[in-house]
Amino acid sequence: MSRGSAKTYTGLDPMTARPCRLGDRTSGWYFGLVALILFWAAPARAEALVADLTNHLIAITTGFTGASVVLFGAIDGPGDVAVVVKGPEREMTVRRKSRIAGIWVNSQEVIFANVPSFYFVAASRPLEDIVSPATAAFYRLGVANLELKPEGLTPSHAVDEFVTALVRTQQRARLFPSSVSKVNFIGERLFRTMIEFPSNVPTGTYLVQVFLVRDKDVVGGQTTPLVVSKVGIDADVFGFAGRQPALYGAIAVLTAIVAGWLASLPFRSA
Amino acid sequence: MKRQHEAGASYIMDIYLPIAEVSVDVFILLGLGGAVGFLTGVFGVGGGFLLTPLLIFIGVPPTVAVASSANQLVGASVSGVVGHWRRGNVDFKMGSVLLVGGLAGSVFGIWIFTLLKRLGQIELTISLCYVILLGTLGALMMVESIYAQLRVHRPGVRRRKLHQHNWMHGLPLKARFRRSRLYISALLPIGLGFVVGVFSAILGIGGGFIMVPAMIYMLGMPTAIVPGTSLLQIIFVAANVTLLQAYTNRTVDAVLALVLLVGGVIGARIGSRFGTRLRGDQLRLLLALLVLAVAAKLAFDLTVRPSDPYSIAWEKT
Repeated sequence: MSRGSAKTYTGLDPMTARPCRLGDRTSGWYFGLVALILFWAAPARAEALVADLTNHLIAITTGFTGASVVLFGAIDGPGDVAVVVKGPEREMTVRRKSRIAGIWVNSQEVIFANVPSFYFVAASRPLEDIVSPATAAFYRLGVANLELKPEGLTPSHAVDEFVTALVRTQQRARLFPSSVSKVNFIGERLFRTMIEFPSNVPTGTYLVQVFLVRDKDVVGGQTTPLVVSKVGIDADVFGFAGRQPALYGAIAVLTAIVAGWLASLPFRSA
Repeated sequence: MKRQHEAGASYIMDIYLPIAEVSVDVFILLGLGGAVGFLTGVFGVGGGFLLTPLLIFIGVPPTVAVASSANQLVGASVSGVVGHWRRGNVDFKMGSVLLVGGLAGSVFGIWIFTLLKRLGQIELTISLCYVILLGTLGALMMVESIYAQLRVHRPGVRRRKLHQHNWMHGLPLKARFRRSRLYISALLPIGLGFVVGVFSAILGIGGGFIMVPAMIYMLGMPTAIVPGTSLLQIIFVAANVTLLQAYTNRTVDAVLALVLLVGGVIGARIGSRFGTRLRGDQLRLLLALLVLAVAAKLAFDLTVRPSDPYSIAWEKT
């Protein structure tokens, strides 16, 4: 369940080390809380920032309606924390409809390379208060700093429209945030934030980046992977159709032929 | 990429379609398949031309709707052809020649489909083609059934020749089709097969409603042999479309096709019982109205201002 906790089991006083045998079934909250206490209890060997997720795998099953994951951690002294979650990058095509002869037709398109399929950002205070604009741009803090650049086009007002449309559409699908989420501090060192994933969350390996910010600059950070994956029969069918498209097509045809032939049987006797 | 029926996720009967990536109530799908099967039973039409638009209405992406309809069509045609085959109403030679054109047409159609998909125009093309096809078909059926209603009280016998030769029949590559009692240019059925094959690939239809009248009036085939021969070649063309769609566009949802087939079988059984009892003209008028309503809805969706003129698309990995 977590690598961070394994580290903290070493060199602890007997009282806090006792609940080591926390099963995976234990509620994420309880686990998180204990882990936090453990981190806090061992400041001498701690790094500037440690963080972990309550869950490293989001399994999309048939009845999947979305998921939330708690990110928790501790810092070694006063400071601010910013969190960025990015889904696998994709090439996205943004198309614009216009009215031609009475009907709405896709008439223009702009292709964006390397657009994160999911993006989430959280900070303990408003971003502009804790980081300089250059730092925010470098670490891609905030939707505005995502560097959404179209392929082979020079920036212009028309292109900007496509950028805003891309962001707007992703926001409507709840794949981009409409605002910066809150990282909550419990005392001076412990923090937590909730990452919400909608039901249409894209599959793949996500990167969760946690930054420790002091004096408007990032002074420490940690990156944790998070896997979003389809599981079950649906996933098997989907995977098979993608890996063996010819065989999948052949099986689809054969199934239909057999089903059709079976269907004809009652008619024959009738 | 969107999932419908989010609130209904607790339903046991919601079925998640793995390729379409939407959850749909299984009873809606069964009902849809059943309704289309019913039409098949009553009128002997394939019903594919209604299935694809209806799938689009319930939230299945158009590209998946087209490809999965073709898959469903394979099964529906197999079950349909068996009866005709037993009665000997299949012209295998004519079917094979049509198929040559059909296979070439469907390969060409898939190529167009893939190209249009890349250009972002495939959904518009599907809708437009359906508006034109359904609009024409609905209008023709409407006129036909109204005339038929008027003719009921004046039963005059219309007699026409076995078939009439026209300039097309005299094109080169003449061949004899014994079962159909024809001696015509093979280019004619090849061309017909080709045109229907293209439509089959782009729209996910068998094309029976184009094929059947064309076989009767253009080729001059005896009416009894037409449906079986048409169905026979549709099996292969639809199978080819399914394979090609699965391979190039990965848009075939076998789960969707299978559920539709199950519904279709039940619907067809009920439909064939009703078909013998009900007045055909009135039913045909109803079908014409239904077809026109679907065309009108598609046309309306094309002309209404979209809530956001921008849309995004990405390649599935």
